[in-house]
Amino acid sequence: MEQPNTTYIDELSGDNLEFKQKMIGILKRELPEEIEMYQSQIQNSNFLLAADSVHKLKHKVSILGLEKSYYLAETFEENLKNNSTQLQNDFEAILKAMHKFVEAL
Amino acid sequence: MNCIIIDDEEMARAIIAQMIANHKELHLVQDFSNAMQAIKFLNQNEVDLIFLDIHMPDFTGFDFIQTIKNPPKIVLVTSDKNFAIEAFEYDCIVDYLVKPITEERFQKAIQKANTAQISSSKLTTEKTSTEDNANEFYVNIDRRLIKIEFNSVTVVEAKGDYIHVKTDTKNYIVHSTLKKIEDKLPNDLFLKVHRSYIINTKKIIDIEDNSVLIGKEVIPVSRANRPELMKRLNLL
Repeated sequence: MEQPNTTYIDELSGDNLEFKQKMIGILKRELPEEIEMYQSQIQNSNFLLAADSVHKLKHKVSILGLEKSYYLAETFEENLKNNSTQLQNDFEAILKAMHKFVEAL
Repeated sequence: MNCIIIDDEEMARAIIAQMIANHKELHLVQDFSNAMQAIKFLNQNEVDLIFLDIHMPDFTGFDFIQTIKNPPKIVLVTSDKNFAIEAFEYDCIVDYLVKPITEERFQKAIQKANTAQISSSKLTTEKTSTEDNANEFYVNIDRRLIKIEFNSVTVVEAKGDYIHVKTDTKNYIVHSTLKKIEDKLPNDLFLKVHRSYIINTKKIIDIEDNSVLIGKEVIPVSRANRPELMKRLNLL
């Protein structure tokens, strides 16, 4: 499984450490909120709303350099729009890896 | 150029704000986490460029564009590549950035915004005009453009910020105004009979004093519009 990284954030920040810290701060705050929202919608079988949450999370997936996972998230989003939870476990494994990585930043 | 950002995701706003800060010619006036706040702001302020997320809860980027009167240049920002075709049907949209945005791609969008020769008269929320003899129009529903044949429309009813487009087989709820759709519909087929109703005159079953029957629906006819309706009828 591919691992999250900060390559995009590093490239974007350059020498601007203040901006880099700002980005990490937002990630630490926003990612758990978005994951929680997604989990709540899945638990309530609100698949269309869950698809919206996955859509939003896709940006964080790509920010953390998870290129292959991004395509999986994209397919999972489409599945949810069609009332299917296929790829749920794979997607949630990605979320777990992202959460763990971001917490350690 | 004075800019604003509209995106429900803080991370996206922060990234765009940083890129704006790196460009001397750009000035970030404000950022917004939802479209409604931005609409209120734009009612009292003018900007040159908007960075607009498409996929937002409740009110999408396209809803936003259709709501504001004279949209400035807009750069769409989204995680979804599927909206590209729809995006370029709006004259005000100068570019389309897919997240995560790179500095290089952002630079290109700014160049496009700078060189876009958009006269104020061309800035319109209307879609690019279709052929004069078109037999259909398109409505934006849940981020999909749905084709509706003029001949299939029976009634269009205004309800608040939405219109109900009723056809022989299906009804559609569209975020638009009666005035906008009236401009799109062919005059020889459609007539506004009441401030809230436009009817397809070919679908009339019968007429009473102040109402018409279309299908099973009784549509009110206002006193002011009745003479024009009577003129359209092939009376014996």
